[in-house]
Amino acid sequence: MADVRRDPRSKYTLDRRMPGAFEGETVTRRRMMTLTAHGAGGLAVTAFTLPALGFAAGSALFDRPPVRWKPIGPTDDFPSDTYVPRVITEVAGIGQVGRTTIYVRKRSEDDPPPNPPGYDEQYIAVSTRCMHLGCPVRYIEAAQRFVCPCHGGVYDFNGSVDGGPPVRPLDRFYTRVRGDQVEVGARYSVNSEFRRYPSYRDPAQDLDGIGQYMYPGRFSTPKQD
Amino acid sequence: MKLPLPPLPPALLPRPKRPGEAEPVKPLDQVKEAGIATADWVDERTSLSGFARWVMFRKVPKGTNWFYTFGSATLFAFLSQAVTGVFLAMYYDPSITHAYESARHITNEVFLGEFVRGMHKWGSSVMVILIFLHMARTFLFGAYKYPRELNWLIGVVLLILTFVMSLTGYLLPFDQRSYWATVVAANINGTGPLVGPFLADFLRGGSEFGATTLSRFYAIHMLLVPGAIAALIGAHLYLVTKLGTTAPPWLKAESGNGIREERT
Repeated sequence: MADVRRDPRSKYTLDRRMPGAFEGETVTRRRMMTLTAHGAGGLAVTAFTLPALGFAAGSALFDRPPVRWKPIGPTDDFPSDTYVPRVITEVAGIGQVGRTTIYVRKRSEDDPPPNPPGYDEQYIAVSTRCMHLGCPVRYIEAAQRFVCPCHGGVYDFNGSVDGGPPVRPLDRFYTRVRGDQVEVGARYSVNSEFRRYPSYRDPAQDLDGIGQYMYPGRFSTPKQD
Repeated sequence: MKLPLPPLPPALLPRPKRPGEAEPVKPLDQVKEAGIATADWVDERTSLSGFARWVMFRKVPKGTNWFYTFGSATLFAFLSQAVTGVFLAMYYDPSITHAYESARHITNEVFLGEFVRGMHKWGSSVMVILIFLHMARTFLFGAYKYPRELNWLIGVVLLILTFVMSLTGYLLPFDQRSYWATVVAANINGTGPLVGPFLADFLRGGSEFGATTLSRFYAIHMLLVPGAIAALIGAHLYLVTKLGTTAPPWLKAESGNGIREERT
């Protein structure tokens, strides 16, 4: 029987005159060393890059800070026909920066029913965060409107958009009554029909129609204790 | 001009040379020699002089004019920002409760603090303006065309990184303007569909402007982006050196088929 060479020839074996290679070998020592060195390098880079990236993004995206119920005054303080401003600490431990103004009133007959039903609040606490880009709105008593100083957003008495660039009504805070004290809890967002979104969205994120799918809820929603 | 010698006693006069004696080595010559010897020592081991010649003694086209200096001007604006920024960091405290106070301290109390902070603040605007002038020159002169497209792309990335620097640096004085501008900026980032909400959370370091927002911005401003900018400037300059610059568009190519003598 004649000595027949197998075709096709390997890229890596002795017939290519590669030193240190045996006939029919597919992984030569040289190739093995190259792959090992590259693999080890890649592994080493991954070993510090992935933890670093996770460290930078993980707690920012997934940490859920706790929210305490905060008393804001006796029930008698809050009429149903106008708002009373209160300052609460929304982020603890950072001084003035973590404080924010809210406007509180008693719920009246004219208010839309809870949507979805289940959470029946007696007091309505409206956030001052403008739903255009987050500037602080102010309640103007004479006009019964919330007005934003930055780009002229206007909201009506309920916080619905009345004019300007905002995309949805003002955020609200959960409220409850303990003893004779009104307490406020976590922030929630509402769409134009006052449907509640407990995972509150940032300003400028529409919650009507396709908006509620384009702007999914965050993983970092604060946890009510 | 040679001054006459002062009237010295003969013992102090310089002695005339004896025949066959070598010229004594003077200290000044030794110093000069030391400089050259050091440069030679480095060059023998690195061949840096070849690289320096390659960078510095390039042929530039006829018609090169002052509009071609915007790029170097931008580079110097960046260097100025880097130097003033490094020294501002020696006095600045990126904690949420002390940032404003330390910025005020720099302006009002540190020697030359107001000046250096002013250089950094106004220099940032100067850098952005110079980038746009540089970009306009490149665009209007058609200098972005083959084979320089990649350099244009690198320049666009550098422009965006400079905007990132402007955005993150804006928060650092931590006054009302800084704070609300950053709130607005994070919310604008949040308007991107699907990824927006998470991008905004990443920028703020959480769902609310919190304790880590300022230090995040500080780290991005003084560590992450400057390194990227410096590296990309290196690539930008390498390509400029390799590809050369273009002649202004109003310069017509000279007619005639003969090979011209190179004028040096």
